[in-house]
Amino acid sequence: MATATPSKPVSDLVEATVRFCGDSGDGMQLAGTQFTNTSALLGNDVATFPDFPAEIRAPRGTKAGVSGFQIHFSSTEIFTPGDTVDALVAMNPAALVTNLADLRDGGILLVNKDAFDKKGLEQAGYATDPLEDGSLEKYKMHSVEMTKLTRLAVEGLGLSQKEADRCRNFFAMGLVFWLYDRSLEPTLRFIESKFGKLPSVAQANTNALKAGFNYGETVEAINTQYHVGPAKLKPGTYRNIEGNLALAWGLLAAARLSNKRLFLGAYPITPASDVLHYLSNYKNFDVLTFQAEDEIAAVTSAIGAAFAGEMAVTASSGPGIALKGEALGLAVMTELPMLVINVQRGGPSTGLPTKTEQADLNQALFGRNGECPMPIIAARSPGDCFYVAQEAWRIATRFMLPVFVLTDGYIANGSEPWQIPNVSDLPRIDINHPIANGEEFQPYARDERLARPWAIPGTPGLEHRIGGLEKANITGNVSYDPINHEKMCLLRQQKVDNIADDIPLQELDGPDSGDLLVLSWGGTYGSCATAVHTAQKSGQKVSHCHLRYLNPFPKNFEKILHSFDKILIPELNLGQLNAVIRAKFLIDTVGLNKVQGKPFSVIEIVNKINSLLG
Amino acid sequence: MSIESTLPVLKPADFASDQDVRWCPGCGDYSILAQMKKMLPSLGVPREKIVFISGIGCSSRFPYYMNTYGIHSIHGRAPAVATGLKASRPDLQVWVITGDGDGLSIGGNHLMHAIRRNVDLNIVLFNNRIYGLTKGQYSPTSPLGKKTKSTPMGAVDNPLHPLSIAIGCEATFVARSIDTNIKHLGGVLKRAAEHKGTAFVEVYQNCNVFNDGAWEYAKDRETKEDTTLELEHGKPLLFGKERKKGIRLHGLDPEVVELGKGITEDDLLFHDERAAEPSLAYLLSRMRYEDGFPEPIGVFRCVDRPRYDDEVNKQIDKSLKDKGKGDLETLFNSGETWTVK
Repeated sequence: MATATPSKPVSDLVEATVRFCGDSGDGMQLAGTQFTNTSALLGNDVATFPDFPAEIRAPRGTKAGVSGFQIHFSSTEIFTPGDTVDALVAMNPAALVTNLADLRDGGILLVNKDAFDKKGLEQAGYATDPLEDGSLEKYKMHSVEMTKLTRLAVEGLGLSQKEADRCRNFFAMGLVFWLYDRSLEPTLRFIESKFGKLPSVAQANTNALKAGFNYGETVEAINTQYHVGPAKLKPGTYRNIEGNLALAWGLLAAARLSNKRLFLGAYPITPASDVLHYLSNYKNFDVLTFQAEDEIAAVTSAIGAAFAGEMAVTASSGPGIALKGEALGLAVMTELPMLVINVQRGGPSTGLPTKTEQADLNQALFGRNGECPMPIIAARSPGDCFYVAQEAWRIATRFMLPVFVLTDGYIANGSEPWQIPNVSDLPRIDINHPIANGEEFQPYARDERLARPWAIPGTPGLEHRIGGLEKANITGNVSYDPINHEKMCLLRQQKVDNIADDIPLQELDGPDSGDLLVLSWGGTYGSCATAVHTAQKSGQKVSHCHLRYLNPFPKNFEKILHSFDKILIPELNLGQLNAVIRAKFLIDTVGLNKVQGKPFSVIEIVNKINSLLG
Repeated sequence: MSIESTLPVLKPADFASDQDVRWCPGCGDYSILAQMKKMLPSLGVPREKIVFISGIGCSSRFPYYMNTYGIHSIHGRAPAVATGLKASRPDLQVWVITGDGDGLSIGGNHLMHAIRRNVDLNIVLFNNRIYGLTKGQYSPTSPLGKKTKSTPMGAVDNPLHPLSIAIGCEATFVARSIDTNIKHLGGVLKRAAEHKGTAFVEVYQNCNVFNDGAWEYAKDRETKEDTTLELEHGKPLLFGKERKKGIRLHGLDPEVVELGKGITEDDLLFHDERAAEPSLAYLLSRMRYEDGFPEPIGVFRCVDRPRYDDEVNKQIDKSLKDKGKGDLETLFNSGETWTVK
């Protein structure tokens, strides 16, 4: 990899956080992704936070249309995209006004001066030009004529002005790449593979990228370069991975490991659609994706596929899961194995489609009519989605029931380095389908775990009917017998409870007892882990318990709860796990709750820990 | 063929499950069940390869009474369940049993999309123009003015005509029969089973408890020759006891004419179930008794079109052939990677 010879002093940093922000048409997600991949290839640990509006193209230059991408990269292990930003790239006034609060005092601010015209300032609500009025004095501000310089860089390639301006993000990238001493090579390779068929566009983007890089190297006002060295990750081969991709790959792996065809029934919905997109491209892995007419057809087609003997999956987000509720009851009643994935977003109703939240735990636990228990597993990070998908399918097939998988917009779109597993090390998932043995087939006979047999159509002698009406145990015939109904409700509950015998014991980060337990689940793992590590370093007796299994809880979980004086439960909801813990274990807890469509910052949790340990 | 000859020959009784049939005595559903059991052995398809999927309603209890595989699913969703099943397992023969409420009200969307995808399903819609299982509310096929428990002053919403809906959804096979016309019904069910693609069959079915006599005009021995018209491919549209009445096209409108007085069979509309354009089938589906027309029974339309279940699996096969069987190790290591030592 060729790196430029530094001509200016280089300052070593342990870690840094950069945010690109601009109009949603400015290519900020691309800039962030390229910066992330380059940093990962350099060996940094990385964590990212893409943040974009629900509108595809809100009116240009408005605050509503601002799209951002934050990257935290480090020479040590990190778990979050960073609380504050060390360097902010703002492509227009609206991006500046909406993002400036997160830039630390003394941080680097790179702005596109050309966008700070009268109209742009008005749209952002600036009465005076912040580049001129002294309001940005506490930052290391570099006001760069990015539009003008980009146009100059692509001159002579026959691009229209509009096309030329589309290369501005590459100029900004080049400048930031120089600032943080990153190689241009991975991005040049990307340009070649993405735009190779359009030589003038490829050349223009290359020119803009290099122009930005050279600008940093040449302009005297920018007098320092920063360097963040590689992190000491576990030996192995790595790649950068987003949560939705890791989830899709986890599903592929689960299908392969269980020798099943994968059927995905889905209806497009943010932020889950990428699961459908990815799997639609893996047909040669024997994957059948069905874009259904609605969320209900998505889940019911999966029920049909499960009956057929496939690995059946439906993936959606909160509003879609709400529509699936009745069908999930059918899946519970028919005791068919399938996965229900909820990539959570801000609710209620349409809510905040592109923002993160973990407020669908209650929905997963209780969002169906009748006594209708479903196991729930939640992923903690982008890469963890890969393993959660397989574990969920293992449980679904071992216990014959639908399993909820919870992720969220933050880990679905966020990314981190992921150690590529050896496929041969992944645990097999054994599934047995019965065949006729001369005795009368009993579709609701049960094994020691209470699972019923998964007999699939096409098997002679095992013809049977299932459905949503209450079943008589063993025979599966329709039964309105009151005692049988109660027995079946208890059986379905017991079956879920039995999963606790089949999952690992809950692990703790920190001592087995102490003053405070931080209890978390899902996508808040990174913030909570970092906050607890901070507290532990300062000598506080704090441990961290991060739940993967939310229903049922691991067998040793209650004991853990009783081993700490206080319990803090940070959640991106108004206290859903908190209420469950209090109700189930009659134990006092404290919630830290936030519903702003944003993940926790580490400092929010650290402050709460400090206030509790006073 | 030698393989087939070794199969045990099934009888109607082989298709009966051990469950007591619990429809009201006198219900039209009994006849449909009997004809289904009678027809299925003629197909030579083994029992384990047949699946009945239903939604909710009286008709949807049907799968419990068939000794095949089956799912009694939830209200309106049978076509979607069946689509997932058939796409996964094209080797199965999949039937959907639904009613006017289940199929056209709560499940209208799924019905529409199953038909337009032309999934190889046989959908039988029992039309009794009433909600039976919920005890007598009006349905989407109840006529205007229909007085029911929920419309004491009469229904004010326009009814749907199931076959018009199906044809509008690009159906490749559309047919109609009548519960008591057992020979005809058996024939239509067999044609539906043999069709590749979605076969949509409307059966006029009597609910003798909540809507008795809804189809009396089409069932009564005295009137049925004049109120119904049996469609035959390539034949003129003739009806009436003496088969002296026919349907003639007047511009774009059908009209009833008497043969004789210069009108011969050649002047009549000839039925073409294989017409590429569905206009004729649609026109036939609009002929209503209340407007002075005989209501056609039999196969309105039967054409070959690509089927979802077939096409989607062809894409998988093509991808497997072009790219080879996907390898997880290769996939995970694709793109930019780096090694930590």
